Amino acid sequence: MTNHSGHPHQIDSETGKMGMWLFLFTELFLFGGLFLAYAVLRIQHAEGFHRAAQELDIFIGTLNTVVLLVSSMTVAMSITALQKGNKNLSIGLILITVLLAGVFMVNKYFEWSHKFEHHLWPGSEVYLNLDRTEITFYGLYYMMTGLHALHVFIGAILLIVTVFRIKAGVQHAGHYVLLENSALYWHLVDLIWIFLFPLLYLIT
Amino acid sequence: MENNEKHHISSYTSHALVLIALLVLTFITVYISKFHFGVFSVGVALLVASVKATTVLTWFMHLKFESKFTKWMVGGVFILFALVVIITFIDYLLR
Repeated sequence: MTNHSGHPHQIDSETGKMGMWLFLFTELFLFGGLFLAYAVLRIQHAEGFHRAAQELDIFIGTLNTVVLLVSSMTVAMSITALQKGNKNLSIGLILITVLLAGVFMVNKYFEWSHKFEHHLWPGSEVYLNLDRTEITFYGLYYMMTGLHALHVFIGAILLIVTVFRIKAGVQHAGHYVLLENSALYWHLVDLIWIFLFPLLYLIT
Repeated sequence: MENNEKHHISSYTSHALVLIALLVLTFITVYISKFHFGVFSVGVALLVASVKATTVLTWFMHLKFESKFTKWMVGGVFILFALVVIITFIDYLLR
């Protein structure tokens, strides 16, 4: 941070990015707390967690993992494109990312509605008649994937705002901190899913 | 802009290679979840997930090319989180 020339945009970018990282740390601890609760409860109720986790659809989980990983690449590439001054390619890549966010949400919709068809939602009669440890698992499942899906939604909105800023010429090859920060947020969504997926879907 | 030389521009190829690595790791996780290592399966899954997370942080999130200060800050926060986990587990396991 000591060697920049003092160009105002560059100072903005450095501090702007620093602020984004600080915000991401709070996100880490938000989800981290839930992961910790999951870990402790899992050790105490291994049997119930094992049974409940088997109900989750590994195929949808894997598909959504691939979708998020690809979207992480496209958003990373959109920065490269803008840095090289290729505005349209950058916008196109961001829109592909938003599209993939949509695919993720549609999958999530099918996954959740499949459970709702079996009357399995927090507070339902079927849900309350489950074993106590299975209720704990589903409680964490709905909380963690729901909170994650909310982040996917917010991330997509951030990316759409970024597209408009690039179109307006406010974000360009010399100044693209908003794109960088939206991308960082999007990668965080991916990071969280990287841990959610094996913990909820795979370890049965 | 004259400042552009200072910024590292990642190539499209490097992003594509990172994606391939991440996809391979994902399929490894799904594949090994079919075997039952008992207690170790959690450990193995978390290990692969950590490798994936580090890859995303280093390349996609561009940490490799950020200032030393940012690198240490991110590393420090992950160490802090690890400490929170370890201390919580010491509490639960020794109760």
